[in-house]
Amino acid sequence: MQVKKRVAVVGAGMTKFMRRAQETGKELAFEAAKQALDSAEMRMQDVDSVALGSAPDAFDGVHMKGEYLLDGAGGWQKPYSRNFVGGGTGVFSVIHGWWHVASGLFDTCLVVAEEKMSTCLPHPQTAFLTIFDNMIERPLGPNLIWIFALEMHRYMQKHKIPKEQIAQVAVKNKRNALDHPSAQIAKAVTLRDIMNSEVMAWPVQRLDISPVSDGACAVLLASEDVARKITDSPVWIDGVGWNLDTTYWTNRDLYFPRYVANAARMAYGMAGITNPRKQIDFAEPYDPFDYKELHHMEGLLLCRKGEAPKLTKEGVTERDGNLPICPSGGLLGVGNPIAAAGLMKVCELFWQLRGEAGKRQVAGDPRTAVAQAWGDLMQIGTVVVMRS
Amino acid sequence: MSDFLRIEGDFPVHFRYTAGIAGENFLREIKDNGRLVATRCNNCQLNYLPPRIYCERCMSKLEEYVQIENVGVIQSYTVCTQDNEGKQLAEPVNVAFVRFPSAHGGLIHRTSGEVCVGDKVRAVFKDKSSRTGSILDIKYFEKI
Amino acid sequence: MPSQPQGTGLKEEDFEREKVLTVAYQPLAKYSWATGVAISRFLSGLKAGEILGTKCDHCGRIAVPPRIFCELCFKRSAVWVKLPDTGSVNTFSISHIATDTTRLKTPTIPAVIEIDSTRHAGFLHIIGEAKPEEVTMGMRVKAVWADPEKRKGSITDIKYFKPIK
Repeated sequence: MQVKKRVAVVGAGMTKFMRRAQETGKELAFEAAKQALDSAEMRMQDVDSVALGSAPDAFDGVHMKGEYLLDGAGGWQKPYSRNFVGGGTGVFSVIHGWWHVASGLFDTCLVVAEEKMSTCLPHPQTAFLTIFDNMIERPLGPNLIWIFALEMHRYMQKHKIPKEQIAQVAVKNKRNALDHPSAQIAKAVTLRDIMNSEVMAWPVQRLDISPVSDGACAVLLASEDVARKITDSPVWIDGVGWNLDTTYWTNRDLYFPRYVANAARMAYGMAGITNPRKQIDFAEPYDPFDYKELHHMEGLLLCRKGEAPKLTKEGVTERDGNLPICPSGGLLGVGNPIAAAGLMKVCELFWQLRGEAGKRQVAGDPRTAVAQAWGDLMQIGTVVVMRS
Repeated sequence: MSDFLRIEGDFPVHFRYTAGIAGENFLREIKDNGRLVATRCNNCQLNYLPPRIYCERCMSKLEEYVQIENVGVIQSYTVCTQDNEGKQLAEPVNVAFVRFPSAHGGLIHRTSGEVCVGDKVRAVFKDKSSRTGSILDIKYFEKI
Repeated sequence: MPSQPQGTGLKEEDFEREKVLTVAYQPLAKYSWATGVAISRFLSGLKAGEILGTKCDHCGRIAVPPRIFCELCFKRSAVWVKLPDTGSVNTFSISHIATDTTRLKTPTIPAVIEIDSTRHAGFLHIIGEAKPEEVTMGMRVKAVWADPEKRKGSITDIKYFKPIK
């Protein structure tokens, strides 16, 4: 694979993640974009291109959401484009931006991800109902949670994982998020709180699920020569990968996300990673539900199939463990404004790899990390590998 | 083979949009004080109407609100004879794009009668007691 | 990282008390979806009390729900086959929430049923005539059909799948 230019992240910014923001989507996008620009001491005229990611128009309730958000995202009179791959969008936005710079077409690209889910009533979930097949699934009266419950249950059954081991992930991430300034529902919850929470669709309980959120994030990308002029510590995007599986989810075995593994192999191949468990210092896999962190750790080939719960139980994935997972607090703790959530993980990689993560800082001078997002009908894996 | 060709259904969502930080200030000025405000970018020397908290050109944060004098100019107009489902309206509705000399941007609104491009117009507000903080607190624009 | 993230969070009460200005909108969003060549025939099959699948011309894989192309080979699946109405539970859940997120009085048991004689091909349906605690992964099940005169050419022409010994 030929890459013309090495690409670095040189700035990052994000809003608070909130259940209901007063700000419009444009204003949220602006606050994040502005912070990213300011953090790199760059002006809008230094930005050659803009890549924006946002999930369904039906959340914000505006048609052509990309165009709507443009002026808040710095897209005025720029080459601007929008991407959307469901929950995979946040990390995919970085890949979308990476194309602009790695191809040699542009020196800089501002990547923005935004979501304002609180506009959609009665519940953003109702905007999702058509994810089920209209002909042969919707007449059964499904709820979006069913999809997660069916995947979670298959994963648990295949590897004989007790629910407590999965709930442990929610405890860890919600606690980690106490140190994240943008966190929506950081809390020191106990295992008992999770296990006692309302059963939605077994095995999914209320506290297994990340919250509905509004928010935005942004990162600034630059080609190698330009990056070195902007900052002494650029963080390199050394590998990108994305892969999708068939929409016919009932014809796949859900216990393992092979499309995440495919995306990971693509990214690791580019980054020269042959032994992820040893060569990755920490990871931010996508955790909209607690079991997803485990599912994705295995999809990212950070451990064997079925081994992720054991690593969690042994404390390996704690912030001070041997392989910290979601030191940010993840979606479970910081919040889940769909597209912005994935980009939050990339922001976390940026700050951690520069030693700027404050109280969340992973010790031991981490050099290599991976962020991953997931979405659509359990279909897409989007992966980036970053190095300082 | 020719049966079961279609399935009908809906998309059961409705929306509640916030005005946003700038929009809130804009509509509250209309509601409480019967006046139009814009936000000023000193860097680009522009007054944005409707106001926004950011300048789209230089991405500065805009926090200074300036009053816009209630004298506008018709930039363009149209006359609507159908509603948005294609049914004939009882009375045609005149709609115009109104620019203001000191502002960058402008407003789309109804006019009280027929207008021409270049006509000077002003916003006519509802009585304060009937205003709700909506763009419809302006009844229409009328020729000066 | 920036220690002062921006954002003005609101509570539901703020909307009730009209602390902020809002606009409400109910879109008129109705659809008439084409079922397509494959599913329209699948639905006819259901009305006749049959589960139909299609066979890929190239790899021989049987697909249910049927489709006119095999997305693995990217070739046509032109042959239609009648499948047994028995299968195994690949995964299931015990759901206490309805489509509109309200709480159900009696839980419903959605499951992915792998239809016999295919290589793990299946579709979403509901398990009936079983208590939640009796349902297991891999459990053998059989379709319970609605009476012929009540069938409409819908997935609900199968009322549910029940356990078989």
